Parts: sequence; C-alpha cells; structure tokens
Amino acid sequence: MAGITPSTHRDNPFKRNWFVTGLWALLITYLLYSVQAMGLNWTRFSEGLGHAGQLFERMFPPNFARWELLLSGLAESLEIAIIASVTGIILSLFLGLFAARNLMPNWVTVPMRGLIALCRTFHPVIIAILFVKSVGFGALAGILTLVVASIGFIAKLFAEAIEEISLKQVEAIRATGAGFVSLILFSVMPQVFSRFIGFSTYQLDSNLRNSTMVGIVGAGGLGGTLFSAFQRFDYDFVAAILITIIALIMFGEFLSNIVRRIFR
Amino acid sequence: MTTMHSHWQRFTLKQKLSRYSVYLILLLALVQSIRTVEVIPEFFYDAPEQMADMFTRMWPIDFAFYSISVHDAMIETLNIATLGTLVTLLFAIPFALMNANNIVASPISHWVARFFLVSSRSVNSLVWALLFVAIFGPGVLAGVLAIAFRSVGFVGKLLAEAIEEINMGPIEALRATGASWASVLLKGYWPQVLPAFFSIVLFRWDINVRESAVLGLVGAGGIGVVLSDAMNLFEWQRVAMALLAIFAVVIVAEIIVVQIRKKLL
Repeated sequence: MAGITPSTHRDNPFKRNWFVTGLWALLITYLLYSVQAMGLNWTRFSEGLGHAGQLFERMFPPNFARWELLLSGLAESLEIAIIASVTGIILSLFLGLFAARNLMPNWVTVPMRGLIALCRTFHPVIIAILFVKSVGFGALAGILTLVVASIGFIAKLFAEAIEEISLKQVEAIRATGAGFVSLILFSVMPQVFSRFIGFSTYQLDSNLRNSTMVGIVGAGGLGGTLFSAFQRFDYDFVAAILITIIALIMFGEFLSNIVRRIFR
Repeated sequence: MTTMHSHWQRFTLKQKLSRYSVYLILLLALVQSIRTVEVIPEFFYDAPEQMADMFTRMWPIDFAFYSISVHDAMIETLNIATLGTLVTLLFAIPFALMNANNIVASPISHWVARFFLVSSRSVNSLVWALLFVAIFGPGVLAGVLAIAFRSVGFVGKLLAEAIEEINMGPIEALRATGASWASVLLKGYWPQVLPAFFSIVLFRWDINVRESAVLGLVGAGGIGVVLSDAMNLFEWQRVAMALLAIFAVVIVAEIIVVQIRKKLL
C-alpha cells in the first residue's frame, strides 16, 4: 500500500544564504576599519552629548529680537531663489531641447550633454565658492550658482523626457509642412510640458533650500546670517534662523504642491 | 437638426485662469526680486574676465599635491559618506516603518515620523555640519553625523513609499500561519522591499559622496578641509588638484551606482 510515509528529514525552507552572510561580515569589517581609521571613539562622543545639552539650553528660547536682520536675509534668499529658478528654467528649456538625441544630430547633443553633466557633478557649494572668488561676495554669486545647479538637474531630466515622446505626433505635424519652431511648439512641448513643470517646481523647491545655504560661503542670503550667528555663538539667534528656514521650506513645498495640482 | 457650434479648447476656462495667474504671480515675483536684489552690475559684466583669470591661476595643476594630502583626505571623505549612510539606516528604518500605513496604522505615529523626516530634509547638510561641529568640535565625527542626519529624511521617505507599494498577499499568508510580528517583517516585507532598499541606499550614498566633499568647509573633515585651506592660502594650483580629485571620485561613484542599480531593478 502506497501510504504516506512521513519523511524524517525536512529541508529548512529558510536556508542560510552564504552570500548574504559574507556581506554582513564585510560590513562589520568595514565598520571596524572605518571607526579605527578615522579615530572615532566613545569618550569624544559621550563628551559631545554633554555639549549638546548645553547647546540646546542656549538655543531655547529662540531669540527673534533681531527680526529685521532675519527678514532682510530671508528676502535676499527668496530673491536669489526666484531669479535663479526663472533663469535656470528658461536656459534649461533650450539646453534640454538641444540635448535630446531624437531631435538633434550628434554634434549638437554630445557637447550639450557634456555641459549639463559638468553642471551636475559639482556640489552647489563648490560652484558657489568659485563664483564668490570670481564675482565677489553677495547675491550675484548665489544666483549664478543656483542657475548652474538648476541647469544640471532640469535640463538633464527634460532631455530624457523629450527622448521618451511619441514620434507619431511629430511626424503628423511635420506632414502639415510646419517649420522647426512650430514642430517643437505643437508636437514636442504638449507631450512633455506637464513633466517639465513638475521638474521646475521641484527645482524651485530645491533652490529655495539651497539659497539658505550658499550664504555660508559668502554668496548671499540667510546662510550668511546663520554662519555669522554661529561664529558669534549667538545660539538663540541660530535657533530663530533655523525655525525660519524650516518654515520657509515647508511653505515652499505647500506652494509647489498647489502649482503642480494646477498644471496636472 | 442643430449643428455643433462649440469650438474645441484644450483647457477649461478655470484651468486657463489658474495657469495664467501662476505665470502672472511668478512674473511679479521675478520683477520685484530683480528690482530689490543687491547686485552690482559691474561685477556681473566683469565676471567672465575674473573667471578666466582664476582658471589661468589654476594652471598647471599641482599633481604632486595628490600624494601629499589629497589622497588621505579623499579616503576620509569616502569613509564619511559610507559610514554616514550606514548610521542613517539605524534611524531611517524605524521611521520608515512608522510612516508606512500598511505596517503601523495609527495616524499619530505617521505624524511623529513625518515630523522627523521633514525636519531632517529641511536642514541642509552644511547646517547640520555647523551644528555638530559646535557640539563635537571640528573633525570627522561631526561630518559623519551631519551626513547621517541629513539622509534620514530622504531614505526614510523613499523607503516608506517602497514599503507601501508591496503586495500584501504574502503578508496575509504569513499572518495566517500565526507567524510572529518579527517574522512577518523579516520574511514577508523584507524580501519584497530588498531591491528598492538597496537602490535607495546606493542612490543616497552617491549623493553623500558629493555632500561629504564640501563638509570640510565648515570644519567637518574630509577633502573640504584641504580645499578650504588651499583656497585661503590662494594656492590655486592645489585647489585645482583637489577639485579634479573630487570630480573624478564623484564620476566614478556615479558610474558604479548606476551600474549596480541597473542590475537591481
């Protein structure tokens, strides 16, 4: 009789994966190595925690007494973000079109893509330093920095969006005898415009964040106020500035959500 | 029989009005900004000349400087980025679990998690670095913590979204067997978010390599310290060497991450 013979041996359904175990071992080795190589130790960390308590004590309550200084820094940050975003978005519109491989010949796209990649490689702070050295301290350096950062982000994504469009509509418009400008305006733009708005609002958001930071290296805006408050150990003013920055960024996120809803 | 006299329009009147009001507000904001911003136009016209002057000072690049201090600082930068990313996970995973509504259903936990994630993202990594330099003193520790705290918001938010997108079938099956809470997490959720998890972490690591290169400017260790010293001493040829090293490392990191992510997803 072919009965059911219960097998005495059963495979564990969750076998040990030696590859994963190896990765864990690698991770632990790396942790040990890096902590040792960088000279991190517990005493410094625990001492620091004591300082942290003191720091927070001095930060509260936040001091808004110098609100005029705060407001002028905030206004400058906003100005930098708006001018840089608009300039960057308009430039990216053209650069993105020229970098799209399905619209342009290779000799145009290759240098354009190189330029865009160059804008994206360096952190905004490094670009800000270079601009501060060449155009001096102030808002101009901040604006130029954020224009470069915007190009690196929007132009790249915009070019990719154009490369994904359906070419049927382009052909249809071309068949009517339309010129190049009409071709772009009536067949390419309608297909990518909503995505372009999406990238632009995202970048406006990120420019707002970065405009509060480029001031740390002297490129204008609230970052400069923050940095000098740090250097003068005015921690209650630092707390006030930080709260303002967070409020500004949340407000920016709220605005860009509205804009995105309108253009959907 | 009536004929249709309607004229086809792509957008309704309300859509058009709201779009034009966005354009109008943006234009007004732009005009107002240009009128009030303090920019000295002479500096702007002068900029190309000044840039050219700066780049001529950078040439020839001081390659000997690489082995003197750029190499060690670069390794330190990579360590800051990697260790910072690892420390991030300690905080980001609990917040992601709290934020995902198919794991914890209480709105209070969502609000708590979202508050921490948003504040982490709102404060720039340089500002985090300033704070930690004030707490722990200048050095690598401040850099690692700045990177970690800045990344929590990013990793936590994306990870929560990845968790919310998984297929709930296997989870229900596991629950039906009477599996414990920890088993459901490890054998139900974890295998499904695994590719997204590694992709998010690698993506953040790539960003962190860029960010850790500048943390040194406020004293938080890495190549930024070398860069800032060279710049303060006007040693432009050394600045060029440091910039070149950053450029190379960032490009290589991006290529590695793109290759691995292509295989993961």
